[in-house]
Amino acid sequence: MEIIENTKHYDVIIVGSGAGGGMATKVLADSGLKVAVIEAGPHFDPANPDQQTQFKWAHESPRRGAGTQRDFGEYDMAYGGWDIEGEPYNRIGDTEFDWYRSRMLGGRTNHWGRISLRFGPNDFKSKDKDGLGENWPIGYEDIKPYYDKVDKLIGVFGTKENMYNDPDGFFLPPPKPRLHDLFYINGARKSNVKVMPSRLSVLTKRINSERGVCFYCGQCNRSCSVYADFSSGSCLIFPAQKSGGQIDLYVDSMVHRVDVDQNGKASGVSYINKKDRLEYRLKSKVVVLAASACSSARILLNSKSTQHPNGLGNSSDLIGKYLHDSTGTDRAVFIPKLMDRKTYNEDGVGGMHVYSPWWLDNKNLDFPRGYHIEVWGGLGMPSYGTGFDPNLLNEHLGLPVGGYGNSLRQDVKKFYGSVLGMSGRGESIAQKDNYCEIDPTQVDQFGIPVLRFNYHWSDFERKQAKHMHDTFEEIAHNMGGIVLGDKPGKDKNFGLNAPGRIIHEVGTTRMGSDPKTSVVNEFERLHDVENVFIVDAGPFVSQADKNPTWTILALSWRTADHIIDQFKKQNF
Amino acid sequence: MDRRESIKSLFIGSIAGGGLLLESCAPNSEAIIEKKIWDYKYGRTPKEAAFDEKLLQEKFFDESEMILIVVLANLILPPTKEGTIEQAGVPKFIEFMMKDIPEFQTKIRGGLMWLNTHSSQNFKRLFINISENEQKYILDKIAFPNPDLDVQLHEVQFFSLLRNLVMTGYFTSEVGVSEIGYQGNVPNIWDGVPEDVLKSVGVAYDQDWIDKCIDQDKRNEQAEWDDQGNLLT
Repeated sequence: MEIIENTKHYDVIIVGSGAGGGMATKVLADSGLKVAVIEAGPHFDPANPDQQTQFKWAHESPRRGAGTQRDFGEYDMAYGGWDIEGEPYNRIGDTEFDWYRSRMLGGRTNHWGRISLRFGPNDFKSKDKDGLGENWPIGYEDIKPYYDKVDKLIGVFGTKENMYNDPDGFFLPPPKPRLHDLFYINGARKSNVKVMPSRLSVLTKRINSERGVCFYCGQCNRSCSVYADFSSGSCLIFPAQKSGGQIDLYVDSMVHRVDVDQNGKASGVSYINKKDRLEYRLKSKVVVLAASACSSARILLNSKSTQHPNGLGNSSDLIGKYLHDSTGTDRAVFIPKLMDRKTYNEDGVGGMHVYSPWWLDNKNLDFPRGYHIEVWGGLGMPSYGTGFDPNLLNEHLGLPVGGYGNSLRQDVKKFYGSVLGMSGRGESIAQKDNYCEIDPTQVDQFGIPVLRFNYHWSDFERKQAKHMHDTFEEIAHNMGGIVLGDKPGKDKNFGLNAPGRIIHEVGTTRMGSDPKTSVVNEFERLHDVENVFIVDAGPFVSQADKNPTWTILALSWRTADHIIDQFKKQNF
Repeated sequence: MDRRESIKSLFIGSIAGGGLLLESCAPNSEAIIEKKIWDYKYGRTPKEAAFDEKLLQEKFFDESEMILIVVLANLILPPTKEGTIEQAGVPKFIEFMMKDIPEFQTKIRGGLMWLNTHSSQNFKRLFINISENEQKYILDKIAFPNPDLDVQLHEVQFFSLLRNLVMTGYFTSEVGVSEIGYQGNVPNIWDGVPEDVLKSVGVAYDQDWIDKCIDQDKRNEQAEWDDQGNLLT
């Protein structure tokens, strides 16, 4: 196949347009550099009426919102999912890893939960506490100025709580709790579980004249058409374009290789245009990978050359290793007191209004790392599934289950809004044996070798999940609720979701000061190659009991500043 | 892209895919497709829209099956002044879901067949031709899962699945949403749970907590902070 060379030369090519890629685009383009952004999916703007799903009713669709086309329901704003036609991946042995991808401008930021937590000082140095995993080469003080800038640029609500390992930021005021939140608050406090307003990147208050203010439709997972939530396109890439940045967007383009010159330095990237299925080559002085932890690892491993026979930047043989996701398990609770509720508009922001950060000391526990609890419930919009098993909860009231006739109407109304849920999301330990690598036996529909995964939870994660369920049951009992379903036992890994299901996969190109034990340096630059950087979650040494996005953004900004500095010093 | 153009591109896309070549030669086919697609306006990608278009053109149930489904749906949720299963578009929805989730097909088609066989054996006539009392006599035996069984009998599974589809089809419809009392999906200002609701379930807001929450009168004042992160506006 003939490769089509683009004559344009860029200062920086950015591969991927999610949180990390969007932030790098904004900072680098604002500084005047000439930037190409290459995205594997189509252009997306939540304000485009052809793409908008915000405010659509279930009955505007023939499947009423069912998740047959999109995993989180058909109005969820992620083009992709756990399985993408023509883009397979494999699992080694009894591995259960599931790999979620969103192919569109903005990537997964268009649908995520907007939970925007800073890592705390301990999170960068966990090995000092328990001897497990590895410390980051940087600490909270290195990244704090960037967290501050991210808060102010993008906007996050929350409250000052003065907790050492859950640092405060520049917050907008949070929304008031909903009714089920009050039950949770009371239940958690009785068990001395800390509970506080959540911290989400949703604008409860104006931060600039370009973005709207939240109007409480509860649909952030559909990406906000007035840009009141953080999505990478609407908050980073579009503003960078509007302020005159030199940005060329290449959409529907799958990067499969970073090209190198005779000295082994990156000279640009090669990609397949999905529309004409031809291969193109773009040239630049610097390459920034932001394709997601596993996709960036895949590109690097597929970038073999005589100078880099083991894949680009892989002299340590560690690319793909130390892959880890957050732990997660969930439980629903029926609250009889919330039966036959008076209804009102309770949509709120899209996501939780209250949560519990990690509140215990692992010294006294049989697992090393913490977790937080997310809370859900309320008078949500009916969608596919509403009305299923309409009176199953009758079994807790000594009433018959099943039947037919108009009593079912009463049942649905009786139980509407009476179930609350808790989701534990915790830190796992990065292990070298949990990894992704190239599967030499298969290519995707673009001819690019695919990934295969090897991943097993350890007892650290299983014991943590067991603790989550013990906590859920105690809190449920405290609030006068009835936990639904049996407590998952050892045979079910105590309810632990398969790795990849929480969609916080990180660690595949981990950061460190020693090139033998890490892939990138503290500025997320490949140890082996001076002009390739990685700004997704690949460089994470450990995933705290926090969600990764805010740290991806802060690190990406920090790396972009470093790149600008190197350009000024004419080092590229 | 305006509505007309996007339909056109959908149409052209389908022809390029080969799937719709025959239909496209039929008179008024563009108008028919336009009508079918624009019953629904829901932010599909071109690929998703083409898939839905394909499903909408396929017919799964024959007429007698559809009549039986309507009879059963009306027994599951008899019409009230709040709404009927026809107003809620339940039959059309069930037809679509058979194609969207093909695992449903044999369960529902087989269950309908079983129901008629069972009715003929007991009452010498098809289910739609027996009296309502006779119909209910049959439903009473299949509408209540046996809590002692891990796996329910096939006829109970069939009825549970059909009931789920009828219920969700109804409660996701315009009349169903109104009946359940959902009042959202509109721009709004959330300022807490109404006082009477708090009282009725015996909970209250913490003043300390509320003091930290957004003052909705100031939502449009641009945020500014001091160096310590204290909000000034």
